[in-house]
Amino acid sequence: MKAAASIPVLAMPKVRPGRIIAWTLLFIGGIIMVTPLLFMLSTSLKDASQVYDLRVIPEAPTLDNYIEILGDGRFTRWLINSTIVAVIVTLSNVFFDSLVGYTLAKFRFRGRYIVFIAILSTLMIPTEMLVLPWYLMASQFGWLDSYWGIMFPGMMTAFGTFLMKQFFEGVPDDFLEAARIDGLNEFTIWWKIAMPLVTPALSALAIFTFLGNWTAFFWPLIVTTSAELYTLPVGLSSFAVEQSIQWEKIMTGASIATLPTLIIFLFLQRYIVRGVMLAGLKG
Amino acid sequence: MATIELERLVKRYGPATVVHGIDLSIQDGEFVVLVGPSGCGKSTTLRMIAGLEEISDGTVRIDGRVVNDLQPKDRNIAMVFQNYAIYPHVTVADNIAFGLYRSKLSQSEKRRRVEQVAETLGLTHLLERRPAALSGGQRQRVAIGRAMVRDPAAFLFDEPLSNLDAQLRTQMRIEIKRLHHRLATTSVFVTHDQVEAMTMADRIVVMREGRILQVGTPLELYENPVDVFTASFIGSPTMNLLPGSLKDGAATLSLGGTVRAPFASATSSEILVGARPHDLVPSEAGSEGLTVSGTVAVVETLGSETLVHIESAGQTIIGSAPGRQIPRIGEQLTLHAPMEKLYYFDKATEKALAAR
Repeated sequence: MKAAASIPVLAMPKVRPGRIIAWTLLFIGGIIMVTPLLFMLSTSLKDASQVYDLRVIPEAPTLDNYIEILGDGRFTRWLINSTIVAVIVTLSNVFFDSLVGYTLAKFRFRGRYIVFIAILSTLMIPTEMLVLPWYLMASQFGWLDSYWGIMFPGMMTAFGTFLMKQFFEGVPDDFLEAARIDGLNEFTIWWKIAMPLVTPALSALAIFTFLGNWTAFFWPLIVTTSAELYTLPVGLSSFAVEQSIQWEKIMTGASIATLPTLIIFLFLQRYIVRGVMLAGLKG
Repeated sequence: MATIELERLVKRYGPATVVHGIDLSIQDGEFVVLVGPSGCGKSTTLRMIAGLEEISDGTVRIDGRVVNDLQPKDRNIAMVFQNYAIYPHVTVADNIAFGLYRSKLSQSEKRRRVEQVAETLGLTHLLERRPAALSGGQRQRVAIGRAMVRDPAAFLFDEPLSNLDAQLRTQMRIEIKRLHHRLATTSVFVTHDQVEAMTMADRIVVMREGRILQVGTPLELYENPVDVFTASFIGSPTMNLLPGSLKDGAATLSLGGTVRAPFASATSSEILVGARPHDLVPSEAGSEGLTVSGTVAVVETLGSETLVHIESAGQTIIGSAPGRQIPRIGEQLTLHAPMEKLYYFDKATEKALAAR
């Protein structure tokens, strides 16, 4: 390398009008998204008398709400419920969606296309329409008001299956054939060879599924009746019905509930972005 | 170690037949190369031997045993793929060890075998690396290692060198050849590259459109091609083929001149006279054989020899001149090939007319 041949020149990037408009729009968008979160946090630090005082920074910030909420056995129970439901449903999705997606992507069998279309078409039915048959099913099988009742509709999703199928299609057949010659059975080939090759997709699927179930409200609300089976969102909403509306409690609970989501985003955003990008690229 | 026999082997995809009942017998320890243009059925044939493709009709025997209905893992073969197919998420050592997946050896014995293979292939210092950190040649060596470690009855190679650059390809060609010499394991090697076929094979199988055209040693194919396709496919640069018509034991070439035709009879009077560029050298006309004159159009200087493209009556003919003799473009040049170096083909059937 030639010394002093190239002294980097720090040029001021030209600010074009298009950029200013883009930044302004993004800034406004950012404000709109952050404001409710800020208010949630701020309200959680106020006592009941200050709730309708709309200052963002509380006059007399207090952690009483947190102490009270975390000391309340019901809340911890709901937190545990949410964790159990979200974790089990996520594991189930990662397992079954990729198993079915792999089968659809890598095996030729009669009716394969029909199965795929059938799975895809369920994506077009809105949840609100499915709730009634789900409820009837749950009631027939005696699953109402149970963990299984909350979880069963989401144990496998059409979206996850579709996503994983698209990704497995990108895995070269040579890998699987090499493994077949090495003597691995079909299940082991999927588990030991194909799965590690689609980890970006798996992590994206896991993250989406976890977040979706962590924040799920509608179905858990319908299927549960006893308070000890509520998930966090359902439990928090009960603060609003039972004893007038305790905004500071709801906001405290919501702040705590947001924590895992935030942590997941902070640590795994690389995978989320990559997963979303890949999901779009591989068609 | 094993023999491989193909009997009336057929592959159909729906209504399309891609392999038309081929017969081939491969001896124990032999290195056989299937060669042909893409779509000739060579890879499909190899995949049927491996068990990766169902056999539509006919039989495959490995070591005398019919393997048609056996899973790939039960055929005791190993395969090396074009894009290596080494698993990117495990180390080189684990990749090689996958070859022993079904083996009942103890862990320490497996480890020893892996190290031994790595040693043979010069991979010892790379054992703990991931494939992403390897070069193309090293990756292909890992793939070969995975195949070797099991000590299989036969190696199947599916265009293993076509992803490598020219220099590496030559080097790997020699390594595979040396390995085969040492292990003497029956090998079937698929390629579309005739140079690979010529340099590596004990016997070459030339395929086209799902049929075997000719089987023979590289020299047999070079010297006695049975048809125009094999003649122009084997040998580089490709053989010159000059149309001519037959009359009274001599062929009158369409670009002028006559050549004596030393064969008894032909079904038609239209023939092709073939001459390899290496046999067609600058010389004065006069002696018996093929003589063509034309204008020098292109000169390819290779050092050891100079390839000369001359144009005569609208046809381009390639000849070769000694390395230090470089004709000028535009100059008139006469090329000559002796009688015994000429090939004759029936123009209609494209079959060779007589063994010289």
